[in-house]
Amino acid sequence: MGVITDNLGLYADGLLGTLEICGLVAVAALLLGIFLAGFRVSPVPPLRAVGTVYVTLVRNCPLTIVLFVFAFGLPEVGINGAYITFGVAGLTVYTAAFVCEAVRSGIGAVDAGQAEAARAIGLTFSQSLRLVVLPQALWAVLPPLGSVAIAMIKNSAILGAFGVGGELYSVANTLNSARGEPALPVYTGVVIGYLIIIIPAGLLLLMMEKRLKATR
Amino acid sequence: MNRVCYRLSLTEGLNVTKSTRGEPLIVLEGVEKFFGGFQALHAINLTVFSGEVVVVIGPSGSGKSTLCRCINRLETIDAGQIMIDGERLPEEGRALARLRAEVGMVFQSFNLFAHKTALENVTLGPTKVKGIPRETAERRGRELLDRVGVGAKASSYPAQLSGGQQQRVAIARALAMDPKVILFDEPTSALDPEYIAEVLDVMAGLARDGMTMVVVTHEMGFARRAADRVVFMADGRILEEGTPEVFFGSPGTQRARDFLARVLTH
Repeated sequence: MGVITDNLGLYADGLLGTLEICGLVAVAALLLGIFLAGFRVSPVPPLRAVGTVYVTLVRNCPLTIVLFVFAFGLPEVGINGAYITFGVAGLTVYTAAFVCEAVRSGIGAVDAGQAEAARAIGLTFSQSLRLVVLPQALWAVLPPLGSVAIAMIKNSAILGAFGVGGELYSVANTLNSARGEPALPVYTGVVIGYLIIIIPAGLLLLMMEKRLKATR
Repeated sequence: MNRVCYRLSLTEGLNVTKSTRGEPLIVLEGVEKFFGGFQALHAINLTVFSGEVVVVIGPSGSGKSTLCRCINRLETIDAGQIMIDGERLPEEGRALARLRAEVGMVFQSFNLFAHKTALENVTLGPTKVKGIPRETAERRGRELLDRVGVGAKASSYPAQLSGGQQQRVAIARALAMDPKVILFDEPTSALDPEYIAEVLDVMAGLARDGMTMVVVTHEMGFARRAADRVVFMADGRILEEGTPEVFFGSPGTQRARDFLARVLTH
């Protein structure tokens, strides 16, 4: 285990890198996912189609292929950028499909009378979604969104495998391949890093759920 | 003018005396509604005049709630047309939202916004639909909550209120939009018996103040007390309409006599 204590700085940097990537993806995927969920329940058929096609395509595609499209497909058509940008964008696009489905199930769980009452006072569809249905739906889907978030944090390791440097998983590459350290202790350190992020995140979610129950 | 004549001829012989108080506000012509293969409404013709209180009664499944929900297009119709204040009910989009803002609705299950306080429930429409400044909307919201007797509960959430209080907040929410008409879809059917009177009292007060109302209900006492006109429906058809005195005193159809015998003797 000496390799972990000897390289604490490297691990800490990786942890921060992963936190940064996941923070960005969490915000972006949440917003994109909510938009897509709005599309999927829209009364306008073309918007519904866009939402359905997106989810069907992206959710059923392995993340590695989504990232491959971003990392190597976009430069082919002349869109260039840093690996980290493509990585964050790819993971966002992928995660948003899952957020969308979680939020959509939440929208379905909100009593239909809420939307009817909203429409009855003259709110437009988007207003009733934004002001009445979504605020209630998001609280209801906090647990599944938590699962999506945890999956997303672990999925961010694949960015490291794609050569996005400075995040937790790439620390293992550096130590294994470049310095020839033994794999098992190195990866143990990586796992500890992910647990340091994910366990507090899970506790935070639990706290939010409890507070929600108390206010209802 | 045509429509007025049409309606008068429709109700001629039904001894309608009190109903023609103002201009026609809601006009339904030949409205049909299907749920799959089931026809819920058959060629409904109905005119509600400004300032009039029309109470719709009838057995369960007679289409009275569907009729009520069609008037602000919570249900689409399959044939016929509905005019609100001379304007044909738009099919969707902003025009429909604008028209709905002028037609209040009170639901059987209250449907107060669960994540908002009583006051926020009442101010949401005025601020977001009409663009009224928050302070103005809140002042008026508190007045309305006072008027329906729940002023002290302004900052309570719906789950903290009794059914009767929730329904009164829902009435205040409808009033806050200054609607031309309020539709009541069985407003007391989900209430515990001890709360029914307080809601009916508020509704009777509105009727006295001249609010145009369409009320679907099983409360025969309210129909007698507050209605200008009683509409009796069965099997998706309007079978009779008339003043409460005439309808309850000498119903014209066997269906109505059977229905009244059942509901008035239990």
